[in-house]
Amino acid sequence: MSVMIILKTPQEIAVIERASRVVALAIAFLREQVKPGVTTADLDRLAEEFITREGAIPAFKGYRGYPATLCTSVNEEVVHGIPSSRRRLEEGDIIGIDVGAIVEGFYGDAAVTLPVGRVSEEAARLLRVTEAALDAGLAQVRAGNRLSDISHAVQTVAEDAGYSVVTDFVGHGIGRNLHEDPQVPNFGKPGEGPRLKEGLVLAIEPMVNIGGHEVEVLSDRWTVVTRDKSLSAHFEHTIAITPDGPKVLTRAA
Amino acid sequence: MPKEDAIEVQGTILEPLPNAMFRVALENGHRILAHISGKMRMHYIKILPGDKVTVELSPYDLTRGRITYRFSK
Repeated sequence: MSVMIILKTPQEIAVIERASRVVALAIAFLREQVKPGVTTADLDRLAEEFITREGAIPAFKGYRGYPATLCTSVNEEVVHGIPSSRRRLEEGDIIGIDVGAIVEGFYGDAAVTLPVGRVSEEAARLLRVTEAALDAGLAQVRAGNRLSDISHAVQTVAEDAGYSVVTDFVGHGIGRNLHEDPQVPNFGKPGEGPRLKEGLVLAIEPMVNIGGHEVEVLSDRWTVVTRDKSLSAHFEHTIAITPDGPKVLTRAA
Repeated sequence: MPKEDAIEVQGTILEPLPNAMFRVALENGHRILAHISGKMRMHYIKILPGDKVTVELSPYDLTRGRITYRFSK
């Protein structure tokens, strides 16, 4: 397998932006729905209705056999939690919601981790740090930088706060496929890997654990949890280097 | 997405270095440092400047690699 990065034209980026906008709107909508008593299956159904109503197609459903529209990862679940009518959110939980949408064959992908009601200061700090790690990674996306500058920035913010980054899962290029080259690790030395240039579109997604970086996949073959059962947060944006500079496509304006 | 471990790329040997290390020019223009795989050492496969090889890169460190195959000329 060799690394093949597919650069996008401004026209293609415009379509990815439309898909990304549906994702951003869906996340903004789901923010209002997350509260104690709601099940993750409820959120999944609402998300599917929302995305479909916007004229897009849920990107994850059917992807390598994945059964749902959302990934809903609660507390020690890192990513890829499968929505369930038995998983009822409780006050103090944190829930990672990962959303993907397809418009005219192009993908948009983003995730947030939200507090359910009032959460512990420890959980709130994890959310702040992980989002800050994503922002630091996004800030490195500009023509001339190298890929691992993103990785290093994410890792630095997470580890300076005393947390660890998940190394078994990575960000990715995105376009006509949900996952394209290059892989975007959330760790590494700066100044390595391919140079970033116009037309590059990436999904950057730090996964940060309060405890150790080790993770396990549950017997459902999707849900990833921290091995030490510590809390984990996940934030993600799709970002493009356009002719006018870098632009986060999954931010609802 | 799950991390896929080794990244395989094609390259050309530029120069031999001590300790069975080589400087390799990759097809994408990058120059990296690569060592040869244990199996190739066992079978005493000789590698010379100009040889085309397959290199495995680790996403951890994209400036170093492992030569896993030498194409016959």
